[in-house]
Amino acid sequence: MLTFTIRRLILSVPTLLFISLIIFLLLELAPGDPMAQVPLTVPPEVKAKMREALGLGEPMHIRYWKWLVQFFWIEPQVLFDNMFGTTFAEGKQRILSWQTRSPVMDMVAQRLPQTLWVVGLSYIVGILIALPIGIYSAYRQYSVFDQSGTFITMIGFSIPPFFTGPLLIMIFAVQLGWFPSVYDTTHVVNDWDSFVIQLRQMIMPVMVLALQTTAQISRFMRASMLDNLNQDYVRTARAKGLPEHIVVMVHVLRNSMIPVVTAIALGVPGIFGGAIITEVVFKVNGIGAQLLSALFANDLPSVQTLTFMIAVLIVVFNLIADVLYGVLDPRIRYD
Amino acid sequence: MTEQDQKIEALQDDGPLEPPHSQWKDVWHQFRKHKGALIGGSFLLLVTLGVLLGEYIWTIDPQKLDIRNKDVRPLYTFLWDSGAKVQWAHPLGTDNLGRDALANMIVGGRTSMAVGWVAMILALSIGTTVGVIAGYFRRLDGPLMRFTDLVLSLPILPLLLVAVTLFRDPLRASFGPETGMFILIVGVVGITSWMQTARIVRSEVLALKEREFILAARSIGTTPGAIIRRHLLPNVISPIVVSATLGLATAIITESALSFLGVGFPPDFPTWGKMLADSVPRMDQYPERVVLPGMAISLTVLSVNYLGDGLRDALDPRIRGR
Repeated sequence: MLTFTIRRLILSVPTLLFISLIIFLLLELAPGDPMAQVPLTVPPEVKAKMREALGLGEPMHIRYWKWLVQFFWIEPQVLFDNMFGTTFAEGKQRILSWQTRSPVMDMVAQRLPQTLWVVGLSYIVGILIALPIGIYSAYRQYSVFDQSGTFITMIGFSIPPFFTGPLLIMIFAVQLGWFPSVYDTTHVVNDWDSFVIQLRQMIMPVMVLALQTTAQISRFMRASMLDNLNQDYVRTARAKGLPEHIVVMVHVLRNSMIPVVTAIALGVPGIFGGAIITEVVFKVNGIGAQLLSALFANDLPSVQTLTFMIAVLIVVFNLIADVLYGVLDPRIRYD
Repeated sequence: MTEQDQKIEALQDDGPLEPPHSQWKDVWHQFRKHKGALIGGSFLLLVTLGVLLGEYIWTIDPQKLDIRNKDVRPLYTFLWDSGAKVQWAHPLGTDNLGRDALANMIVGGRTSMAVGWVAMILALSIGTTVGVIAGYFRRLDGPLMRFTDLVLSLPILPLLLVAVTLFRDPLRASFGPETGMFILIVGVVGITSWMQTARIVRSEVLALKEREFILAARSIGTTPGAIIRRHLLPNVISPIVVSATLGLATAIITESALSFLGVGFPPDFPTWGKMLADSVPRMDQYPERVVLPGMAISLTVLSVNYLGDGLRDALDPRIRGR
């Protein structure tokens, strides 16, 4: 198992390099000019100097290498410094945003908690709703509960978040006035009342994201339970007189969770993509909103770094899913 | 009469008792049993016909400004609000510039459906080509599938946003604002959604390749190209059809999402996603402008998903006939 994990870890290095190269080349080949906003009265030699100040003077491969060094070597040092108070990264060149001239990672560090709170909580809520639905609709296959569950998950698949978001705002914020329509990022939780306010403003974005998670995970859970319920070991367990809840909740559930756990790990990166839209709808000041604003401002270093961070998430969670599969199911260990 | 005689007598039948079933008749028979798929399929057909032929029936120009009749509400608001401004001439109301909502829905739907179909066909052709080549030629299997894995771990939505934002202007300049945007969106959606098809087709081809009829075809000297065309492709058609429905749904949603985020088609060119996005700021007064396009997207995607569900059951010979 350990060799498999190490081999997968080593394999993910070229994957990440390839992805970073694709992102870099895409931005490089794009015809946008970061100097487009500069007034025409600025003389060309000053413009050339400004380009150099942005780091655009050097050839392509050197800039790519510099970015790699900044992302993989200098930024972790900064993180280390912040955590332990050391000074490894002092005076070293960090990835600077063209928009604000401040390090991209500082902005990410400010905004990441917002995204993680909303996205993470919605994922957990979605899983907690999905698992019982999946278990019960498999146990009572073709019952009314199963049929309506299928219908609701189909709807969850089909209604895009940019429609459920405004729909929820219209019903619960405008008509009923229960929840605020805009997520207040600066809100500080320090007592019970402010916690309630935080809870109320989180309900709608979390629900929008959780609907999609619920739809996918409950389908997986149902299919996986159905595969296991007809197996011989279930008949054995019933025949030896085990109570029904132990048969289902212990014997069948534990075996059915294997593919579901992998699906849960694989779904994490996808939910960050959905978070971009949800953040726009509810005006959450998170990573997705930062990516969009950087994109519209032609702030290429920010776009490159943020896109690559999402790619890292995908690769890491693919790895986790693979390793988890091996840990949970001894039959498919690769060594 | 002995048992032996009976058997021989049974063999003496002139012909089969009932005419042989064709495969597609069986498929249709099974498909009819799935109510959701039947309803979904008819709805999809209805929407497609509606957006294609709608402008010949509802002849109002969607771009015509009529400032006197702006902000007309849809007819059904009259049911609970007798003071609402409704007109028979505009059954779904008008927007803040007096453009007819029904005409815009028809034209917008045509764009959304066209993007969905073309992007899906592009993704299917790339996916099928990669899958068949990887499955049939063993030497190319490794590299092609590693490449597919790499593309699968790309962050799709951020990359789509980046590509559309950055390449918008040159394509608009060379093909005109609408065609350029159409090519760009169809291209990026198609290029980023072929991977699942490729994987499914490859696994099917790998299994088919070992069967006797392929061996027979090879032994009489059929070239690889002819084997693929004559023997492999017709046998992998059913997974391709199922992933086509998934692809259509994804493409429609992706196009709407891009329009919603403000990187889609130019402002005077309606699509369902764009109409929805444009109406969000004033949705407390005119909720129908969000609900109608949103419902159109959701119902279309829902019907496509149900259609795919039914097709999967109907095309699977293990389920069929049970």
